[in-house]
Amino acid sequence: MDSSVTASQHQQPQLPGSSAVEVGEGSAAWVRAEQVARTSYGRLVALLAESTGDLEMAEDCLADAFARALRVWPRDGVPQKPEAWLLTVARNRGRDLFRSAPVRSSVPLDPEAVEGISPALEPIDPEAIPDRRLALLFVCAHPAIDPGIRAPLMLQTVLGFEAREIARAFVLPPATMAQRLVRAKRRIRDARIPFVLPERSQMAGRLTVVLEAVYGAYSIDWDGISGRLPRAGMAAEAHYLAVTLAHLLEQEPEAWGLAALISLSRARAPARLDGSAFVPLEDQDPARWDLDLVGEGERYLRRAARFGRIGRFQLEAAIQSVHCARATSGETDWNALGRLYSGLLAVAPTLGARVAYATTVARLKGAAAGLEALDGIEDPRIDRFQPAWAARAHLLAEAGRLEEARRAYDRAIRLTVDPAVRHYLERRREEAA
Amino acid sequence: MRYTLLLHYLELTEAELGEEAMEAGKAAFHAYAEALDREGLLVSAEVLQPSPATTTLRVRNGRLQIEDGPFADTKEQLGGSFVIDVPDLDAALAWAEKCPAAEWGAIEVRPSAVRFEAGTWIPA
Repeated sequence: MDSSVTASQHQQPQLPGSSAVEVGEGSAAWVRAEQVARTSYGRLVALLAESTGDLEMAEDCLADAFARALRVWPRDGVPQKPEAWLLTVARNRGRDLFRSAPVRSSVPLDPEAVEGISPALEPIDPEAIPDRRLALLFVCAHPAIDPGIRAPLMLQTVLGFEAREIARAFVLPPATMAQRLVRAKRRIRDARIPFVLPERSQMAGRLTVVLEAVYGAYSIDWDGISGRLPRAGMAAEAHYLAVTLAHLLEQEPEAWGLAALISLSRARAPARLDGSAFVPLEDQDPARWDLDLVGEGERYLRRAARFGRIGRFQLEAAIQSVHCARATSGETDWNALGRLYSGLLAVAPTLGARVAYATTVARLKGAAAGLEALDGIEDPRIDRFQPAWAARAHLLAEAGRLEEARRAYDRAIRLTVDPAVRHYLERRREEAA
Repeated sequence: MRYTLLLHYLELTEAELGEEAMEAGKAAFHAYAEALDREGLLVSAEVLQPSPATTTLRVRNGRLQIEDGPFADTKEQLGGSFVIDVPDLDAALAWAEKCPAAEWGAIEVRPSAVRFEAGTWIPA
């Protein structure tokens, strides 16, 4: 992949419909509209789509409403309740579309559906606007939706990312991604996937998929993809989504676990780069970690633990918590990490977890034991898995097997898209010479 | 909304299946159809004869072509269908899960587009 691909007109999320409007980017009304777009996009899409199941139409209506906001707000001022304003305008647009002949002939006549998108004549109280995003998340992660398109669908409908941005993140041609997104949305409408929360008996299985997709959105290597798209922006959106999910569900320990995991991982983001140089976790200065985020993560983790039902995300969050504890204790408790990784491998033996376990083993029992653990991973994907090659290279260098270490570094460098990480690995390779 | 449950499964003759299994299968299908009917959700139910009884027809360039055998010569064959009227896909999937054939075959859950009734096409 070409990591030099840069996004010259990158804003995220892209303000829907903004390209058709001649209002200066950066004007007060534009900025306000973008703020509302960022914070309310998913809420408004979920509300507009829930009665008809038609996400495409909801997004089109909302894009129209944003376009109108950019015409009207600079002239008349930003309304006191911008979200309610947008919802009303979008609903009116939906009603107009619904009454127009071409749409009417292709949409089933359903009196409830007509009712659902009819304009609310009374002013809408934004405090009373229900949050239907949770139902929308479960729609995106419905078992009837292709697993590969679930996370992209969430990014688009709940967070308002454009298909081309998502395409870049998932290394697909933009037209292909756009087509798959449209196909998934039509499927939701045509097969009538309901905008509801799963029943209690199905919640656990369905929730896992939602949590994995949110985590997927968080851990996309945005840096390596655009070079300019701020990692912080995307991470903040996924963080927000995870925290919202946990609060809305309340009683799901794994949802709190994911909120904790993302909080604790994000807390260390400021220390990840020193200037433009990559700093690995062990060399990071804890003074540069965001201790408020650490505290937030710890609170979520304690809340998850109260339910007494451990799971993958709680274990991963606990691992991050052990790393963050270095900020106060000054050292890393590798024994605790070894136990937590063993637990994680028992419930979710992902390739990443197995590689991380091997590096923990190396810490506890020496480089040779770590290399043995790496060799024990039987998964054909490991040959193309960058963290496995980087870990192997470090351990070989530590064990004094320098020639093998250099070959492993070469392999790791070729698989690395993030320029800062690549530069770091190149430096380590030279040190092994 | 109407959904058609298309039942696909491996075709076994009565001899291959055994009388006992055959009777148990019939009883399970009966209970299933009755449950749907009792809830007022059942539009129609058909169990088809085995695919060797199928005749496939095409008209190409004005010429009639008739072949013996099914349209697709696969190991698993369309064996029957249930048309049900339920609120949404989740309800349709829940009923498909209860269909006895789910245990030994695959159930395709397909939403209806339109249906012809009393001289007009009605959206599903």
